[in-house]
Amino acid sequence: MTSKEEYLNRREFVKLLGPGLYLLFSLDDLVLAQQPGGRVGGYPEDFNAYLRIAEDGHVTCYSGKVELGQGVTASLSQMLAEELEVPYDSVSMIWGDTMLCPWDGGTNGSRSIKFFGPAMRAAGAEAREVLIQMAAEYLKLPSERLTVKDGTVFEKNNPANKVGYGALTQGKTIEKRLDKKPALKPPSAFVVCGKSLPRPDFQDKVTGKAQFAGDIRLPKMVYGKVLRPPAHGAKLKSVDTLAARAIKDAIVVQEGDFVGVVHPLPDVAEKALSLIKTEYELPASDINDRNIHQRLVDSNAKDTIVEQKGDMAQGSKMAVLKFEETYYTSYVAHAPTETHSAVADVKQDGVTMYIGTQRPFGVSEEIGRAVGLPSGKVRVITPYVGGGFGGKSQVGQAVQAARLSKMTGLPVQVTWTREEEFFNDTFQPAAAVQIKSGLDESNRMTFWDFRVLFAGDRSSQCIYSVPHLRTASRGSGFGGGPHPFPTGAWRGPGSNSNIFARESHIDAMASKAGMDPLEFRLKNLSDERMIRVIRAGADKFGWRAAKAPSGRGQAMVCLDYLGTYVAGFAEIKFDKDSGRIQVERIVHAQDMGPVINPEGARMQIEGGITMGLGYCLSEEIHFKGGEILDLDFGSYRFTRFSWTPKIETVLVENFDIAPSGCGEPPIVGMGALIANALFDATGIRIQQLPLTPERIRGKRA
Amino acid sequence: MEQTIRFRLNRRPVSVTTEGERTLLWVLRTDLGLTGTKFGCGRNQCGACTVIVDKKAIQSCQYPVKNVAGKEVLTIEGLAVNGRLHPVQKAFVEHGAVQCGFCTPGMILKSYGLLLKNARPSRDEIVAHMEDSLCRCGTYSRIFDAIQAAAVELRGGKAS
Repeated sequence: MTSKEEYLNRREFVKLLGPGLYLLFSLDDLVLAQQPGGRVGGYPEDFNAYLRIAEDGHVTCYSGKVELGQGVTASLSQMLAEELEVPYDSVSMIWGDTMLCPWDGGTNGSRSIKFFGPAMRAAGAEAREVLIQMAAEYLKLPSERLTVKDGTVFEKNNPANKVGYGALTQGKTIEKRLDKKPALKPPSAFVVCGKSLPRPDFQDKVTGKAQFAGDIRLPKMVYGKVLRPPAHGAKLKSVDTLAARAIKDAIVVQEGDFVGVVHPLPDVAEKALSLIKTEYELPASDINDRNIHQRLVDSNAKDTIVEQKGDMAQGSKMAVLKFEETYYTSYVAHAPTETHSAVADVKQDGVTMYIGTQRPFGVSEEIGRAVGLPSGKVRVITPYVGGGFGGKSQVGQAVQAARLSKMTGLPVQVTWTREEEFFNDTFQPAAAVQIKSGLDESNRMTFWDFRVLFAGDRSSQCIYSVPHLRTASRGSGFGGGPHPFPTGAWRGPGSNSNIFARESHIDAMASKAGMDPLEFRLKNLSDERMIRVIRAGADKFGWRAAKAPSGRGQAMVCLDYLGTYVAGFAEIKFDKDSGRIQVERIVHAQDMGPVINPEGARMQIEGGITMGLGYCLSEEIHFKGGEILDLDFGSYRFTRFSWTPKIETVLVENFDIAPSGCGEPPIVGMGALIANALFDATGIRIQQLPLTPERIRGKRA
Repeated sequence: MEQTIRFRLNRRPVSVTTEGERTLLWVLRTDLGLTGTKFGCGRNQCGACTVIVDKKAIQSCQYPVKNVAGKEVLTIEGLAVNGRLHPVQKAFVEHGAVQCGFCTPGMILKSYGLLLKNARPSRDEIVAHMEDSLCRCGTYSRIFDAIQAAAVELRGGKAS
């Protein structure tokens, strides 16, 4: 393997070529462009880092964002094609390869289009202008007389006088830069973006050709399994590996608490691991899923103020109706269909790693530390990733694979079992949200006092017009504090708890005020953009005003997730005998600015809603001390075919803002939406997710 | 005990010599090199490992390989013939019934298994047949549409 460092050392040689030169010799010099302004946290400025044009005109685009199923292979290619002026189907993407792709902090937070998109577009725009200048020299014409379409530069008055991008670049990187960067196209001028162009990954995904990390096979590769404790915090007291060693071709390794087996067959490696006899000492702990929320509330961690204005005492004095309530959410697993998987090939001078991850550049650093090499010596290649939802930012399986590879001298694949996937998961944190609020005689909000405990502050800001308000966040959603095991980002981190609390509370206030929940929200909102999104959704839904509970099982929410606006509407049926909620219909209106791929956006929205029903209705990790009790899909239930409602989406067109995130906003309102619909159907308000039949029955009794 | 198991795989005869109690899933993925069949849970609870054995969709993650002796096995790699997508595959693409793609081979073969025995499945029949196949990305509603569209095409394009 040639490391990035070796490539970079050759930069001196390239400088000798001198100024004025447009092309570099080496086809491998793409790597040069991946200059790590990157490593310290920014996108490279050199447009060659993002694209390469082959002699036949085919464009390869390079992205540190990875394809998790959310469709970046389409949307980012569209953004590049748009600015570069090439046909969409002439673009293909290489993603998540730390040697070839521009640095990236990770595929999370619905940030790919919003933050990486502009860098990709800028690269395309600059490359296009440079190519026009190169064409001007080639055609011996002033560049003002030229224009470009579909990757061909031609004379405006004589289109037959032309040259293609491929002939100009000859497949090489382009050395010329512009001092003044060209402006990006306004969304109103989009030709490639804004269209539902086909997803390039689907063909391979329906034929079985699409490779995930667990599908990678290297010469001499073996499969590794590592011993896991029965509970978080358990200490290994004794271990007997005799029976495992007796398995033909099994290699057993141990380094302190790290005990593993490798074997040429994965199922036999697993069997060998199961033959290892162990004794563990379990830490004394009485924490469990029933008392965790009290621990959160009792914690004496300090508040961090998120926003504050006015005077709470004054706001309280103005109120004729006052409200106080606490809302709770549970630990929720990521449970991607593909469990964590990685292949590590650790050599003395460098590591090659194939891994299903949301954070390839983070992996190169973590693995570098684990095997004692600089991160630049760890090349991470990301094949297709079988769902992430935040859970594949954590890469414990990669560390296991790298350690086993280093210890055995063989390439090692580690694919977690479903039990390991649950046990090692960084769950969405259980959380509590405390809210106090008040209304005056005209049902306007006078004060709003919001405190989130241990979920993080995303989407905690009040979206309503309130003269006196305070929003505070205590502790973090990323582990530590009273959480008995690691927690982490889960699709819409923090927001799932914060919006469940806020939109449940708003609904309760509307009901107490005797107002229709939509009218109540409109009365207390001043953000015109939000009002427009609500009206768009209400129209599609056919909302008819009524005070809740109306018995109809209809409800709404509205929210702002990192600049994307959402209004959700639902209709449910509640079965009194079983205590089960069946969601019949969801209407979802979303304003995320200009939409890059409308069909892709709809798929993300439908997916978010469908997935979100799980944490509303059933998903909850049960545990006892550090022991995780839900380790398979038998006890941990999430959305299935029979739960799936009719989903209608409204994409609210908005060219006034830049393209914004799509994939997380649809899920974060689901908790309150269904809880509010349950209230409208039955008059029962549940302040804790998930809305299980047991919890609903408990409230009815 | 090692034994030689002969069967037909994707329309071709194959034989494999291994422990007969090993699962069909891992023998397919390792010994036979066909990685389109996925490991999702190992407990018959998710359907990612679904393949067709003698025209029936089965989960292969707990299915002993010796049980396919003399039988006809179809995996996702064998569904398209001469590069032409099967109507079920085509419908999944056209209806966007795919996101991450990890459950997709199992979903497609499970759907194919339904249409082999029921050319005109109702919505309830689709739910009953597909219920134990899990998709975490949430593509179920599009899979419904894809199955119905594929059923129409397999009947010769007649909607009723």
